[in-house]
Amino acid sequence: MFSLTDLLQALSAGLLVGGAYALMCTGLGIIFGSMRVINFAQGDFLMLGMYAAFYLTTGFGVLTFLGPYAGPIVAAFLAGPIVFGVGWLSHRFIVARVTGAGVAQIEGAGAYGQIIVTLGISLILQNGGLILFGSAPVGIRTPLSRSSWEIGDILLNQGRCVSFLIAIALAAAVYLFLGHTRLGKGLRAAADNSQAALYMGIDVERAHRVAWSLGVGITAVAGGLIAESQTFQPYVGFDFVIVMYAGVVLGGLGSILGAFWGGLLIGIVQQMSTLVLPYQLQNTAIFVVFLLIIFLRPQGMFGRLSERT
Amino acid sequence: MRTRSETHRQRLAIAVFAVAVLLVCMVLKSAYYQLVLTQVLLWAVMSLAWNLLSGYSGYFSFGHAAFWGLGAYTVALGMIHLGLSPWVTIPFCAIVGAAAGALIGYPTFRLRGHYFALAMLAYPLAMLYVFEWLGYQELTLPMQREAPHLYMQFADPRVYVALALILLVAALLISLKVENSRFGMALLAIKQNEPAAEAAGIDTWRWKMLALMLSGALAAMAGGLYAVVLLVVTPDTVFGMLVSAQALILALFGGVGSLWGPVIGAMVLVPLAEGLNAELGDVLPGIQGVVYGIAIIAIILVAPEGVYWRVLDRVRRRPAAVPEPARPAAIVVPLARERSVDVGKDLLVLQGIGISFGGLRALDGIDLTVPEGGLHGIIGPNGAGKTTLFNVINGFLAPDSGTINFAGEPLIGLLPNRVCRRGIGRTFQVVRAFPRMSLLENVIVGAFVRAADDATAEAMARTALDRVGLGGRADAIAGGLTTRELRLMELARALVSQPRLVLLDETLAGLGHEDLDGILGVIRQLRADGVTVLIIEHTMRAMVRLVDHFTVLDHGRLIAAGKPDDVVRDPRVIEAYLGKRWVEQAIVTAN
Repeated sequence: MFSLTDLLQALSAGLLVGGAYALMCTGLGIIFGSMRVINFAQGDFLMLGMYAAFYLTTGFGVLTFLGPYAGPIVAAFLAGPIVFGVGWLSHRFIVARVTGAGVAQIEGAGAYGQIIVTLGISLILQNGGLILFGSAPVGIRTPLSRSSWEIGDILLNQGRCVSFLIAIALAAAVYLFLGHTRLGKGLRAAADNSQAALYMGIDVERAHRVAWSLGVGITAVAGGLIAESQTFQPYVGFDFVIVMYAGVVLGGLGSILGAFWGGLLIGIVQQMSTLVLPYQLQNTAIFVVFLLIIFLRPQGMFGRLSERT
Repeated sequence: MRTRSETHRQRLAIAVFAVAVLLVCMVLKSAYYQLVLTQVLLWAVMSLAWNLLSGYSGYFSFGHAAFWGLGAYTVALGMIHLGLSPWVTIPFCAIVGAAAGALIGYPTFRLRGHYFALAMLAYPLAMLYVFEWLGYQELTLPMQREAPHLYMQFADPRVYVALALILLVAALLISLKVENSRFGMALLAIKQNEPAAEAAGIDTWRWKMLALMLSGALAAMAGGLYAVVLLVVTPDTVFGMLVSAQALILALFGGVGSLWGPVIGAMVLVPLAEGLNAELGDVLPGIQGVVYGIAIIAIILVAPEGVYWRVLDRVRRRPAAVPEPARPAAIVVPLARERSVDVGKDLLVLQGIGISFGGLRALDGIDLTVPEGGLHGIIGPNGAGKTTLFNVINGFLAPDSGTINFAGEPLIGLLPNRVCRRGIGRTFQVVRAFPRMSLLENVIVGAFVRAADDATAEAMARTALDRVGLGGRADAIAGGLTTRELRLMELARALVSQPRLVLLDETLAGLGHEDLDGILGVIRQLRADGVTVLIIEHTMRAMVRLVDHFTVLDHGRLIAAGKPDDVVRDPRVIEAYLGKRWVEQAIVTAN
C-alpha cells in the first residue's frame, strides 16, 4: 500500500496538472457548449499550441530576450492568438459549412457530418504536423520545471505551480468574459437556442466562429503551459482528447463551468491512479472514469438531461 | 427491401467483381502491387463491417479499431505463444470479435448520439494502453520454415489476395442478406426513428446487438488476416485512431449504408494513400493521414451522401420506364386477430400511476379502466400529462408508483416492443415516420411482430394500408406526404400488428374538416372490428361525437370521468379549460 505522503504527493500533483486540464477542458466546453459539435481535432489544436510555444522559445528563439523564466510563459500565451487564427480559418472554410443554424441536416452522414469534418481536420493537423515538425519528441526546458518547492515531505514542481496559477487565472478571465460582455452573452444565446438567437438578430455564424476559435485558442494556451513540463510529438493530441472529453462529460456536456471542474478532477484522478495502477495505465484509468460517468450520470455534475419522447 | 430480381442482380455483381479482382491480380506483376490489392480488399471488409452497424442503424462507431486490433492480436499471440496456425485463429477471430461486440454493446447501447460516439472512441484507445502495458509493443509473426502453408505463409502474394477476396465476398454476401431481411429493415427503422421502431414492436436492443456482434466478427477476421499479411503487429497500428477513422472514412467516401460504398471507398482511397506513402513517405512521413483527412472533408463538403449514392442518383434521374412490379397474389390476411372479444370486460387497468420529472409531478395517482371494445377518450389542456400517460402505458417511461394490468397481466417493466407484442399499438402526437422509406415499408416494419415471413408481412401491410384508404399510395416515400396521409400511415402501422388496444395520440390534431371525417370513420370502423381504442385530444368538439367515455386530466391529476355529455358540463372541467371566471358564466348559459 501507499503512505500518506504518497497520497498527498499524488493529490497535489493531480491538482497542479489538473489546472492545465481545467483550462483545456474550458476551451472544449466553450465549443461544445455553444455549437454542440464534438471536436475530435481539439487535441491537435492543443498540439499546435505546444509547437507554437516551442518555436517561439527554443526553436526560433524569438522570445529568448525575455529570459528563461518569463519567455516560456509569454510563449504559451502567444500560442493562444496563433491557434485562434488557425481555428478561425478552419471554421471559416470548413466547419461553418456543416454546422450552424442555416445548414440543413446532411443526408447520409446525418448529424455526424460535423464530427467527421473535425476528424478530417484532426488527421490533417496531426500528419501535417508530422511533416512540418518531424517525429522526434521535443520539449521546452525551463529552469522552473527542474526545481521544486518542498512543503513537509511533499515536492511541488515550480513550473507546474506557475502553470497552475496562470491556467486558473485565464479560465476565470474567460468565464467573466462570457458572463459580462456583449460578445459573451451573444455566444451564450446562440448556444441556448441558435434559431431563436438568429431571429433576435444575433449573427450566429459569427458567434460560432468566435466560440470555435476561442475554444481552440484557450486549449492551445493550456498546451503551451503543459509543453514546459513534458516532451511531445505531433501525435500527442490523442492522449489529451480523452482527457478533455472525460473532463467535459464529467462536468456535464454543455456546461463551461462544469468543464473547468471536470478537467481539474480528471487531473486528480489521473495522478491518484498512479498510486494503485502501473504508470502506463494512468490513461486507462481516465477511460474507466469516463465510461462510468457516461453510463451512470451522463448529465455530469452541472449538466441537465432534457429529452422528450 | 429489394425485389428478388434485384437481389439476383446484386449476387451477379458480386460474382463479376470477384472475377475482376482475380483477373487484376493475375495481371499485376509486382509483389508490391499485390500487397496493396490485398490491403484494399481487407480494408473493404473492415469498412463493410463498420457499415453493417453504423451505416444501416445510424449508430456511428468511432472505435472499430477495437475489433480489428483484437483480431490482429489473436492471430499474433496465438502463433507466438500457442503455436496456433492462422487457419485456426482467423475463424476463431470471429468469435473473439462477436464476444467483444457483445461486451461493448451491452453497456454502450444504452447511450445515443454524441454519447455513443464518444464511448466507442474510448474502447480501442483504452485497449491500446493495456496492450502496451502488457509488453506487446511489437509482435513479429515467426517464420515457419517447416510447413509454411499450414501457417498461412506463402511465397506467392497472390494467395493472400485470394484469401482476402474470399473474406470480402463473404462480407458482401452477409451484408446483402442483412439488407434483404427484416434484420436490415429493423436497422433502417432504428436509424430513422428509434422510438417509433420500438413502439412498432421492433426489438431494437436485439437487432443493434446482433449488428454490432456481426460487425465485430467481420472486423476481427479482417484484422487477423491483416496481421498474417503484414507479419508485424503494434498497438498503434491496430488500435490507433487511424484504423477506426479509416473504416468510417472509406464507407462515407464510397456511400454510407450501401453495399458497394465501402468497396468503392477502399478501391479509391487505399491505393491513393499507399501510393503517395510509397512515393513521398520518406520526405512527407504523414502523407497518408493527410490524404484521408482531405478526402473526408472534401466528400462531406461536396457530396455528403458518398460516391455510390451520387452516381446512383445521376443514373436514376434518366427517365426510365420502370415496370410496375407485379404485386404478389393477394394473400388474404385478417387484420383483426381471431379471438373472442369480451366486450365490456376490463382490458386495461391503471391504478395509482404516478411519475415525477425533477420537481414536476407529471402524473399523480391516476386510476383508469378501459373495457374491451370501448372507445375511450382522454382530454385535458396542454401539459395535463396525457402523452406522459401514453408513454407510461407503452413502456417509454417507467412510473414511480402504481400498477398497470393489460388483459390481466402486469405491463410495468416491459420494453415498448414487448408491450406492442402483448397487443398495444400506438401513434404519436408528432408523427414518427421513417422518412426515407416508402409507405408500404413503414407499415411492414410494424407487421414483423405478427408475420412469420417477409411475404406475409408485406401482404399484411398492404391490407392495413387498404384499410385506412392509402392502398394506392403504397410506394410513395414517407418524407413527402401530407399530415393526413402520415397520420393514416401511422394508424396503419399501429393496426398491422393486430393490437387489441390502440393508443391514438392527438390523431385528429391539425386536420381540416374533410380529413377529420375520414379519420373518424376509420376509428369507428376499428371499434366495430373489436379493437379497443384509447384516444387523446385536447379539443373537445370532435371527441364528444366519437367516444363513449371521457377521462379528463389536468396538471397530472384525474379531475373527471364519465359519459361525454356529463363531463363537458362538469364545472371542474370547464375551469380547467377556461379558468374559474368562466365557470359561473357557463353554468348560467347552460341553464
